[in-house]
Amino acid sequence: MPQQRPETATGIHGWGVYIPRFRIKMEDIAREWGWSDSQWKALAMIEKAIAGPDEDSTTMGLEAAANAMKRAGVDPGDVGAVFFGTESKPYAVKPSATIIAEALGVTPVTMASDLEFACRAASEGLRASLGLVASGMVKYAIIIGSDTAQANPGDVLEFTASSGAAAYVVGPSPGSAAVFEGSYSYVTDTPDFWRREGTPYPRHGEGFTGEPAYFAHIIGAARGLMNTLGLKPSDFKYAVFHQPNGRFPLKVGEMLGFKPEQLKAGIVTPLIGNTYNASALIGLARILDNAAPGDRILVAPFGSGAGSDAYSIIVTDAVEEKRNKAPKVDELVSKKIMINYSTYAKFRHMIRVVRE
Amino acid sequence: MAGFSAPAVWRGRTHRYRLVAGKCTSCGKLHYPPSYSCPYCGSRSMVEAELPRVGRLMSYSVVYSVPFDSKSRAPVILGLVDLGVARVISEITDASPEDVSVGMQVEAVFRRIAEDGGTGLIVYGIKFRPVKGA
Ligand SMILES: [Zn+2]
Repeated sequence: MPQQRPETATGIHGWGVYIPRFRIKMEDIAREWGWSDSQWKALAMIEKAIAGPDEDSTTMGLEAAANAMKRAGVDPGDVGAVFFGTESKPYAVKPSATIIAEALGVTPVTMASDLEFACRAASEGLRASLGLVASGMVKYAIIIGSDTAQANPGDVLEFTASSGAAAYVVGPSPGSAAVFEGSYSYVTDTPDFWRREGTPYPRHGEGFTGEPAYFAHIIGAARGLMNTLGLKPSDFKYAVFHQPNGRFPLKVGEMLGFKPEQLKAGIVTPLIGNTYNASALIGLARILDNAAPGDRILVAPFGSGAGSDAYSIIVTDAVEEKRNKAPKVDELVSKKIMINYSTYAKFRHMIRVVRE
Repeated sequence: MAGFSAPAVWRGRTHRYRLVAGKCTSCGKLHYPPSYSCPYCGSRSMVEAELPRVGRLMSYSVVYSVPFDSKSRAPVILGLVDLGVARVISEITDASPEDVSVGMQVEAVFRRIAEDGGTGLIVYGIKFRPVKGA
């Protein structure tokens, strides 16, 4: 049995989120492609967030990381790792992590890399960071999940694929807002969702994305974590999972034995869509925006391909003074500019303009 | 397209990414973007200083005829932003012409400023957006 937590305690020093202001209503997407309204209602969706024409996963990731650094209050020179998880890289080759590290003033003495594992890449960065920090190899690490998620126009995925970013500053447990109690990873080779090199939009295995992928891996990770730590669902105040739509996180929570009141605080997808690498991490941020010292939280991101990591974290007194130092999730969700389908299509480069 | 010069993009990254101005050690005034000599007194003794990220829009111009790579965000709003210690000329983003007015509060955000076609470099840097959401 591998060690599921390092010998030295680690914690979250800062959390930060960025949600672009542009929103489109589900009705507008349904009307454009002739979907029945029951299609998006079954996904428990209302609106989704869309990055503006001058935004990408790097710009959104930086805004989230800067917000996390405001809450962390740490010297950029003490950051020893910047991990950027995305499946919407602006460059196929050239790291976004170095651009973000440069803009934050963390360069040059730091690790920096872009990670890929569908929606779970940032979570892998988080798990690796716990080990790096606990071993003393780095003092603080910044983990960023950011996506401008792509969907083939007219694909059912278009209802949910959205844009947003979340970032965490992880360091030694003293002074942190929440302490990691344990973590557990669960991965297999499962072909539920993929995008081939050089192609613009992903493909998915329709019904195959649910049971053998999302549910099996999150349940594997969350049960593994609870068994290892000797905890049961009622020991947690909150649980938050990856949110490909508004329905799956409630269902997986219920299958694990959590009650709706433990799950609702972390569900943000109905109002902003599925932000992929940021999905569960924005949910966790919303919980930290409101949590009380002593609250125990289970968080389990998921990525297709497939894998999940479950973490148990316990909120400390420091959460209170940190939460007002950067915009809260609800503030970012409520600042919005509604746009129509054609503007959305233009902003997300679905209309190709030919250079004359 | 002529293509962006990688060294030029690289040299400007600190002031573009972090809103770093030039500060004259002779007269004490700040200017942005930083240059080799002070535009106020001509001194060549400069240090770097990060500017505040929130300011007021002093004036702006709406540009309807824009270069090819800016078409998706036309019309482009160019603003003169007063940050107290310095003034900055910057694109105003996340806003339509009807959303902007002289005196409004704006804040710095990190955005794509330009891109060299579909295969060249992407240039990132600071723009400003209205503090208030729509
Ligand atoms: Zn001078």
